Amino acid sequence: MSISNTWGRRLTAFGEWIDARFPMTKMIKEHATEYYAAKNFNFWYGFGVLAMVVLVIQILTGIFLTMSYKPAAADAFASVEYIMRDVDWGWLIRYTHSTGASAFFIVVYLHMFRALMYGSYKKPRELLWLIGMFIYAALMAEAFFGYLLPWGNMSYWGAQVIVSLFGALPGVGEGLAEWIRGDYYISDITLNRFFAFHVIAVPLALVMLVVVHILALHETGSNNPDGIEIKEHKGSDGIPLDGIAFHPYHTSKDLVIIIIFLIVFAMVVFFAPDMGGYFLEHANFEAADRLKTPEHIAPVWYFTPFYAILRAVPSKLGGVLLMGLAVGLLFFLPWLDRCRVKSIRYRGWFFKFALGVFTVSFIALGYLGLQPATGVYTNLARLFTLLYFAFFLLMPLYTSWEKTKPVPERVTK
Amino acid sequence: MMLRRMIRCLLMGIAALPLACFAAGGGEAGDLFSDPPNNDVSDVASLQRGAKYFVNYCLGCHSAKYVRYNRLAEDLELSETQLIENLMFTGLRPFDTMDIAMPPDDAARWFGQQPPDLSLISRSRGTTYLYNFLHTFYQDESSPTGADNMVLPSTSMPHVLWELQGVQRAVFEPAGESGREPEFKEFELVQPGLLSEAEYDEVVRDIVNFLDYIGEPMQLKREALGYRVVAFLLVFLLFALLLKREIWSDVH
Repeated sequence: MSISNTWGRRLTAFGEWIDARFPMTKMIKEHATEYYAAKNFNFWYGFGVLAMVVLVIQILTGIFLTMSYKPAAADAFASVEYIMRDVDWGWLIRYTHSTGASAFFIVVYLHMFRALMYGSYKKPRELLWLIGMFIYAALMAEAFFGYLLPWGNMSYWGAQVIVSLFGALPGVGEGLAEWIRGDYYISDITLNRFFAFHVIAVPLALVMLVVVHILALHETGSNNPDGIEIKEHKGSDGIPLDGIAFHPYHTSKDLVIIIIFLIVFAMVVFFAPDMGGYFLEHANFEAADRLKTPEHIAPVWYFTPFYAILRAVPSKLGGVLLMGLAVGLLFFLPWLDRCRVKSIRYRGWFFKFALGVFTVSFIALGYLGLQPATGVYTNLARLFTLLYFAFFLLMPLYTSWEKTKPVPERVTK
Repeated sequence: MMLRRMIRCLLMGIAALPLACFAAGGGEAGDLFSDPPNNDVSDVASLQRGAKYFVNYCLGCHSAKYVRYNRLAEDLELSETQLIENLMFTGLRPFDTMDIAMPPDDAARWFGQQPPDLSLISRSRGTTYLYNFLHTFYQDESSPTGADNMVLPSTSMPHVLWELQGVQRAVFEPAGESGREPEFKEFELVQPGLLSEAEYDEVVRDIVNFLDYIGEPMQLKREALGYRVVAFLLVFLLFALLLKREIWSDVH
């Protein structure tokens, strides 16, 4: 008997030992080797796995940053420079983390756009979409808390502006803003609690939500570019005819997608870590100064669409409420959309046009949020805000009227 | 087929990113006082000269408190003896950072505000700003320091490099009838300095180059490593593509 055979038997025995105590093999089958997803996924279906890759990148680099970062107003800015200059490979860890923050939003926005295009939020995946929206909300909180930590001047004033928004709420506003800050202004106390939220509270919620998101996905099964349920056509073996196993088929494709992503990611980290001031803002290379407001306060690019909506409204309270609504309406998408057909491939031009207008509005608002709020820019922001909300509010109408094309029985190319 | 489309889309995305950045940041080009510094952080001789000027002319008032002397020596290819003899005059030790002795409170009283630390000035303000700032001091009798600056009007910084550049006067177009601000026309040398215009330009470029370097000391290593990482990933991509094709060969 050869040595490898002996070891092979021992490994099998070890697997059996575990299986008797924990459903390892069962879980691997359920979620990988016998989880069937449509074979016609296009590249839009890669952004989910990329979001997980970025989450892992953020957690790993975050752990190492925490080892040298000091969450105190007097030390925070200097400790970041210490990481950049004196800690071995500190600059690489920090740039990976800062690039990861923007990358997270890029892949999540594209992931959400995929859901809009192919109707992935529709029955039976409404809950999957809701969980995803909670992940997005947690991600925004995570990014907001994290942005204060370098204690640069833009960190400081950005947090000042955002927290003061709560002050606009009638009655409880000022007290609420004070309660969030733990002080009358953004201070050492605020930095300390934001650190706690950024490194443990929100990441913990994020990871748990991601697990729930995947469990929900594997319950309903993945959607596909044709928007048809592959489970409705099963072979004699009970396997969907248009489905292929997640592992090794989709995993081998995901590997390719991940490497392509990492190439782009590495190009930013190594050749343009501040991305011309969009990923790391110039004003944030000055330490926080309570007496010196930056000339032009703008949040990082991923928040600018909502920031533009906020500024488009003349009243502060109105702006805050509208900004909240801009995110909130996304939660109701599964019920606003009255059309039975899922994929944009077979939907009518009403929806295609509406989605196009929405996409242009979102990008335009993102651009306008980076510009000073003056004359023409403000009026443009108002126009695109109107279009942004029209997409949601008129949705029950145009989705019931639209003329759809016949949906095929089986997946196409 | 689908994979090819996927790669094409991604490549288009990569190509578009820097374009978008330049498009967004391009507004400044062509403005007054936005001449590009054209400095080169891989030019060690220039960095050494820049360090010398920085220590002689800037470090009296401006600290660079995140910059360590011995790191500087290493990156600028100086021995410890060279470092101590040429760049360290204040009895500090090589592992100290570039701090100054001027107490912040006194500095604020003397200049109206504490001169900013320059460790990150190239990243917060940009090299173009610094290059043009150091070129555009001009005589102004109404200012307590006798000088003002075109890039940073009513600066509290005196023209520290005047003996090199000389003293220049700003010539304005006569104010129009509409009562607009008089428009800047040109600089006129009132008193020549020790250096010619071209020599002074080189000095400023070296200083800006040094500031660029201390803003991000790892920038050269960063790019060198970047090429290797991307090359590795490209090789990895090739194998991943082959693996994917092999596994997918039975999917129809």
